Amino acid sequence: MIEIHNIHKTFGDKKVLDGIDGVFESGKMNMLLGASGTGKSVLLKCIVGLVKPDLGSITYDGRIFTNNKLDIRQEIRRKIGMLFQGSALFDSMNVNENVEFPLTMLTDMNRTERKKRVEFCLQRVGLENAGNLMPSELSGGMKKRVGIARAIAPHCTYLFCDEPNSGLDPLTAITIDELIKEITEEYDITTIVVTHDMNSVLEYGDNVMFLYKGKKLWEGHSSGIMDTRVKELNDFIFSNRLMRDAKKIEQIEENEQRDEDIRNGEV
Amino acid sequence: MKNLGSYLLFLFSLVKRSESPGILFKRTIDEAVLIGIDSVFIVGVVSTFIGAVTCVQISYNLTNAFIPNSTIGFMVREMTILELAPTITSIVLAGKVGSNIAGGLGTMRITEQVDALEVMGINSASYLVLPKILASVFVFPMLVVIAMFLSILGGYLAGTLSGALSGQEYITGLRSEFIPYNITFALIKSVVFAFLISTISSYKGFFTTGGALEVGESSTKAVTNSVIAVLIADYVCAQVLL
Repeated sequence: MIEIHNIHKTFGDKKVLDGIDGVFESGKMNMLLGASGTGKSVLLKCIVGLVKPDLGSITYDGRIFTNNKLDIRQEIRRKIGMLFQGSALFDSMNVNENVEFPLTMLTDMNRTERKKRVEFCLQRVGLENAGNLMPSELSGGMKKRVGIARAIAPHCTYLFCDEPNSGLDPLTAITIDELIKEITEEYDITTIVVTHDMNSVLEYGDNVMFLYKGKKLWEGHSSGIMDTRVKELNDFIFSNRLMRDAKKIEQIEENEQRDEDIRNGEV
Repeated sequence: MKNLGSYLLFLFSLVKRSESPGILFKRTIDEAVLIGIDSVFIVGVVSTFIGAVTCVQISYNLTNAFIPNSTIGFMVREMTILELAPTITSIVLAGKVGSNIAGGLGTMRITEQVDALEVMGINSASYLVLPKILASVFVFPMLVVIAMFLSILGGYLAGTLSGALSGQEYITGLRSEFIPYNITFALIKSVVFAFLISTISSYKGFFTTGGALEVGESSTKAVTNSVIAVLIADYVCAQVLL
């Protein structure tokens, strides 16, 4: 379980996070929801320690992370797995080496144990035959899977995902969401997912925190999100649904056009 | 001054929490192969032609019948060892190795690979940069020695093939009034230049922000700043050590 209390962050004269509190439970998909530029990614980076908050505290299973001794922070960090928006795979290493990297650096496993663990993790994300490929040879979805495999390889306790399905086609996005959900429940990991995709939130989210202009405006279970009376959240949900509906209408129109072309013998 | 302070803090961060000696050694060897082996060809070409041009130009300017032809060999040797081999090689390497280091680190930064290391609890500066600096300091003197040899060989070929002097005269010139300290001086300079080029390029690359355009800017700044630093250090070394 991760607890954050009164997190503030300012860049220059721009207040990005304004007193955020929250609890992220283990074994649950904790979703950080909000439009672009609302501070979701900055909050995530504060939690993992990539950005230092101006004020506030973060605790991992009761152990203070912010402003604690370097050794303790390092110890906590070694239990963290993170899936980055662009996957952040190491370009100079193939898939096997990418997944093996945290095991080499963070554990005392010997070569055989590491190899077994890499095989297991790649199998778990459905990429058992991609071990020798370089990151440049992988599709967006495959990169995300390798990112997940690398994150879970050293038996992480906390998993952070920064917009895991951005830039992916809808089907692959669903697969990645499902994979994260399965892994979270299977290994009882505390997972925090930054997203602006309402499909992910409604289908796979457990707890949801909605951020707006650096402030937490709503928090609760995903099942209650449609009943909210928070105007900004309703606007956000509406805009998402609007986009989805618009996309559906566009697809229907495209199909109709194609059918007509076929009928007219143009295709 | 702010940049200088930030550069010094960056250097301090490299040794603050470094990786285990085994990992550091392996990474340093990998980097040494990348920096050294990949640079041998360009260093060889540049130094051979510089030696050849030096020999031709000196023979062109030596018109006095009282000055023996062996002076050409002597002057090629002195210029090569004292200045051309360490400085020109370092400037060439500032372009090749410096831009490579800055571009590589900049790309890693903007694609969040550096963040990925930090999240794992690894000191990214130490893991990525320290081996590059150690490898450069280790490999640059070797490249300078190769450059010295090839430059003098280039002078020999140009001098004898053009008929400016005989091989015997060139070798006589090479062997006259040799000061071994000059080799030490050149190697000290190459270590100083290696440190400056690798640290400045790493600093520029490591703190890249933005996108692909900024990576290009970082590489350019890394090369220009490294070259200026090499030239200043060249003067300081000459003043202090000679």
